[in-house]
Amino acid sequence: MAYLDIENFCKKFDNTEVLKGISFSIEKGEVVSIIGSSGSGKTTLLRCMNFLETPDEGKMTLDGERLLQCPQIKKEKESVLRSKRLNFGLVFQSFNLFPQYNVLNNVTLAPLLLLKTKIKELKKSLKEKKKTDKTVTSAYIKKTISEYKEEKKKEIDNDAKLLLEKTGLTDKTFNYPCQLSGGQQQRVAIARALALKPKILCFDEPTSALDPELTGEVLKVIRSLKNENRTMIIVTHEMGFAKNVSDKVIFMSDGVVVESGSPKEIFDNPKSEKLKSFLINLENKENI
Amino acid sequence: MDFVTVTLKLLEGFLTTCEIFFLTLVSALPLGLLVVFGSMSKFKPLKIIVRGIVWIIRGTPLMLQVIIIYYVPGLVFNLPLLPRLIAVFFAFTINYACYFSEIYRSGIESISKGQYEAGQVLGMTKGQVFFRVIFMQVIKIIVPPMSNEIITLVKDTSLARVILVAEILKYAEEFTAYGLIWPLFYSGVFYLLFVGVLTLIFGKIEKKLSYYKV
Repeated sequence: MAYLDIENFCKKFDNTEVLKGISFSIEKGEVVSIIGSSGSGKTTLLRCMNFLETPDEGKMTLDGERLLQCPQIKKEKESVLRSKRLNFGLVFQSFNLFPQYNVLNNVTLAPLLLLKTKIKELKKSLKEKKKTDKTVTSAYIKKTISEYKEEKKKEIDNDAKLLLEKTGLTDKTFNYPCQLSGGQQQRVAIARALALKPKILCFDEPTSALDPELTGEVLKVIRSLKNENRTMIIVTHEMGFAKNVSDKVIFMSDGVVVESGSPKEIFDNPKSEKLKSFLINLENKENI
Repeated sequence: MDFVTVTLKLLEGFLTTCEIFFLTLVSALPLGLLVVFGSMSKFKPLKIIVRGIVWIIRGTPLMLQVIIIYYVPGLVFNLPLLPRLIAVFFAFTINYACYFSEIYRSGIESISKGQYEAGQVLGMTKGQVFFRVIFMQVIKIIVPPMSNEIITLVKDTSLARVILVAEILKYAEEFTAYGLIWPLFYSGVFYLLFVGVLTLIFGKIEKKLSYYKV
């Protein structure tokens, strides 16, 4: 069985069918690019995988765990959805950094909040233990928790700094998003998504909102992640990048997967008429 | 009637003015947040009821609301009269909570959906998204309209005199019985100074929040 398995995703908004039965699978460590003209459902697909939208039909399995099964998913509790979401990271087209936090805090905010929840649970379990075990005293609980907290906080801080180093933002650690260029902001967003150690990192047109001269730095970071064997799904309009970086390319049109295969197969040897005309259109555009 | 006597009397009234102002502010700010949660609720009946209340409160004069809260419990339900200041406090708090809630709403609705989604994708709870991500951005957006509303509150305190609360304007007007006009202008100076201080404070807050852009 594949690492990520998506079966028959369907999604309707009002009366428009955006996804009409999308199925594909991904192996661990693979980089998959999803291409296709706007309105083909690429973004909706990513949003469904990240539980920002609920598909009307479909199943999703990750690493042997059934994450999503329609229609049960609609009745799932918010807290269950939250923990499922953490399997995926999502980098948005428009960055969506938190403007009131500096770069470091943008990266550490979510891990720190998760730590808070964990500490609450730990406290609860220790208090339960205290009832039966005499050696567990209030002082012991306090000490254990504060030690745990300190250790984890340091870990989160170190992780964040490492991520910022990796994305080339060390000198921007204490800057605010409004002081950064688009490319830098998007790199922060990548670091922020990575801080939660997602199993799969998704990119929704990560360079579409950037000036052309800034796309390179973001693509470079994504490429460096490939070298770490990260599993990634990239919705993109950068065909050159998709060709060079992906292990697999999926071409979508009108809510269905029309063709998928290695970059070579897709770009050099397109079979379907739709993909052919999509590629020719792109080429023509470049020649204008 | 010399200057000192007038000043002392006006100061006494001004104290009541300040009391109404601060008590209203401190209670209407959080109450407005409750109101906005109601008026933006996904639970339709609650939303309709709260929006109806906001419409009524914003659609009728504050002076009328003060009068109703002071007299109606006694006249209709035979309850003992509330102390005047308490009646004023209730009327002002309800009224301003409704106005504040609408300012909050405009602020909350101006935050892009992407901010909520970014928080969600990072595994935050709805409460965390609101208080750790959205709230500070809303505050920045609403400082200018809030300062406007709060300055209006300073001057609205003078409506309390309709049920004979002895605030500064009431004292100032009483001096006209002695043929003194200048205390009226003098009382205006108190308002001006008060609003001046508030303007400075809000300017400081705006400056302090200028380190980020929403």
